[in-house]
Amino acid sequence: MSHLIPVIKSLNALTGGLFIITAFGVVAARQVRSGLKFFIFQSLCLASSAFLLGIAPFSPHLFAVGTINLVTKVWLLPWLLIRMMPRTTYTRREIKQVVNIPTSLMIALILTVFAYFVSLPWVHAMADNGVARINVPIGLAGMLIGAYTLTTRREAIPQVMGLLTMENSAFFAGVAIAPDLPVIAELSLAFDVLLFAFIVGLVTRSVHENTGGTFVGHLNDLREDPSK
Amino acid sequence: MILIIMLLLPLITALVSGLFAQKRVNEIITVTGSSVLFVLAVWAAHAVLNAPQHILIALPGWIALGPAGAVILVLISLIALLSSIYSIGYMRYDTNSPRTFHVNFNLFVFALAAIPLSINLGMVWIAVEMTTLFSVLLVGFDNTPSALEAAWKYMVLTMMGAALALFGILLLYWGARHANMGAFTWSGLVTAAPSMPPVLITAAFIMLLVGLGTKIGLVPMHTWLPDAHSQAPTPVCALLSGIETTAVLYVLLRVLAVVHASNSVHASNWLLGFGLLSLGVPAFLLLQVKDYKRMLAFSTVEHMGIILIALGLGGSAANQAAFMQIIGHAVTKSFWFFAAGSVLLVTNTREIASVHGLIKRSPGAGIAMLTGGLAIAGAPPFILFFSEFSILKAGLLQSHYLVMGLTVSFIAVAFFAIMNHVSRMVFGGDPDRSGERLPGSVWLTLVLAIIPVIVLGLYIPDALHRLVELAATIIGG
Repeated sequence: MSHLIPVIKSLNALTGGLFIITAFGVVAARQVRSGLKFFIFQSLCLASSAFLLGIAPFSPHLFAVGTINLVTKVWLLPWLLIRMMPRTTYTRREIKQVVNIPTSLMIALILTVFAYFVSLPWVHAMADNGVARINVPIGLAGMLIGAYTLTTRREAIPQVMGLLTMENSAFFAGVAIAPDLPVIAELSLAFDVLLFAFIVGLVTRSVHENTGGTFVGHLNDLREDPSK
Repeated sequence: MILIIMLLLPLITALVSGLFAQKRVNEIITVTGSSVLFVLAVWAAHAVLNAPQHILIALPGWIALGPAGAVILVLISLIALLSSIYSIGYMRYDTNSPRTFHVNFNLFVFALAAIPLSINLGMVWIAVEMTTLFSVLLVGFDNTPSALEAAWKYMVLTMMGAALALFGILLLYWGARHANMGAFTWSGLVTAAPSMPPVLITAAFIMLLVGLGTKIGLVPMHTWLPDAHSQAPTPVCALLSGIETTAVLYVLLRVLAVVHASNSVHASNWLLGFGLLSLGVPAFLLLQVKDYKRMLAFSTVEHMGIILIALGLGGSAANQAAFMQIIGHAVTKSFWFFAAGSVLLVTNTREIASVHGLIKRSPGAGIAMLTGGLAIAGAPPFILFFSEFSILKAGLLQSHYLVMGLTVSFIAVAFFAIMNHVSRMVFGGDPDRSGERLPGSVWLTLVLAIIPVIVLGLYIPDALHRLVELAATIIGG
């Protein structure tokens, strides 16, 4: 299978490029539904990277990661998010955010360049000329972009999208640097199960019942406010 | 074998309490389970002292217990036992389902116990995540808008930290694979550390410090902590504040051992920086806090700062002091939360300004609140005074004058702030009404919980001393 490796590397690089574009997409999405679509596409990229890297050298763990991603994040989670959330969440309206979209995109770009320069010494130190050169910088960039999205959005689903972008990015790097980690599939499963439990379980639904929306930005009773 | 029993016991207790809907039955099950867990944990800690190389191994590469883990495990089981007794009286008039509470409570204890018992980093990460999952349901247990707000913040921020910590763990694995490590365990990593690239260890350490620090409640990632720790039912607060933070800190401590083993990475400045920030910011926030449960939560952040400063100093004296501080904080903070919970039972308000004359209204709650305040603020003869004093001594011996100067002044500010609020609540003004009686189980918990706070300040048993010494050597540095 060794003749396949150059092909796999190029295909993986392509997936990496698409992955980072979808992370930008999550930042730039003006509507909840389009953010969700970008996220689905992003999870698809992660799954394909896991499958590609799992071919040669063969790694059953990566196939497990890829399958878990396909089932949970491409199909189950979006379906749940659409089913569980009230219709009004997805109506055509702009997501409320702290920073406007062009500025956000600029910041995401700066974060990407930053991530590239931060992670380059790691790749050099590891003398790794393989797929880690692509996956680690992109993973770190996605991580930072996800954290940025999370902190500037004020609604439940866009915040969850930011969180999931961070998780996807951690695994995007993970499939390249820890392909033989015995628990990598369990890690991926644990994070998703956790999130499902939150979403299906209490929090979001009860937030909706109690405050009449999934807008978490006005949940600000708890703070150190001298005037209160 | 005993380790596996300890891991399964809370899980079984959770399952069994799920079968019954009656409050009384659930309480008996939880208290029995926690008592057995406590006895087993003490027994295991004793066995660790006598074991060859001071480690008990149940499943090589997955489940084992060393001295540092034993300290944490005993603390977890002790506070779980006290909380389970306390919850009988505290939740007496609660209208929510007792089954949900007890199932979640036991699952939370299971997740906590899994942290020191797992030695595979992947499993440790999953255990830390499980503590978030089971405790978030308890934080939102009251189902009020502010409880749900707290639960949402808690979930989003700690999962963000978890993603970052995961990246750090994957980086460690990458480096360790490069160095041909055997199993992905704490000891395997310590062995592999010298041949791992320093730049990678630094990166992984910073990610784990920030990621786990979110869960520990380090400033500036602490914003969820006062909310979650004040909104949860009090028995849960005692677990969250007393031991969940330190159980996660234990993970950071094991990472620190890897950093120290590499010999070329210096974590000290990062720890001192985050430590001073986490000590200083809440010390000043404590001055203007309005809600006394939030006061307790901010004091937790402040103590995490002190522990981090001790770890940043390094050396065996400071490491031992850090462990004493961990033990002292766990027993004292859980006691103080039980005291604050009884104040809440008596007065039905969380506002500091509307609580007066506790000492007349309910002498028990008043004395407990005052003792807890003095003990947590670091007054002698309580345990935290001695551990803070040893940290100070270790710092001065290493000529960290600036750091120690700042530490002492921040602790003084926090002392003043806490005692100012507490004395106003306990002595200030006349009570509005004469007091309600505290339930018997609350009394029992207060009496049991204060024993270690006072006794450990005056006398440290030889076995505990040896355990702390051994635990401190694990950190190295």
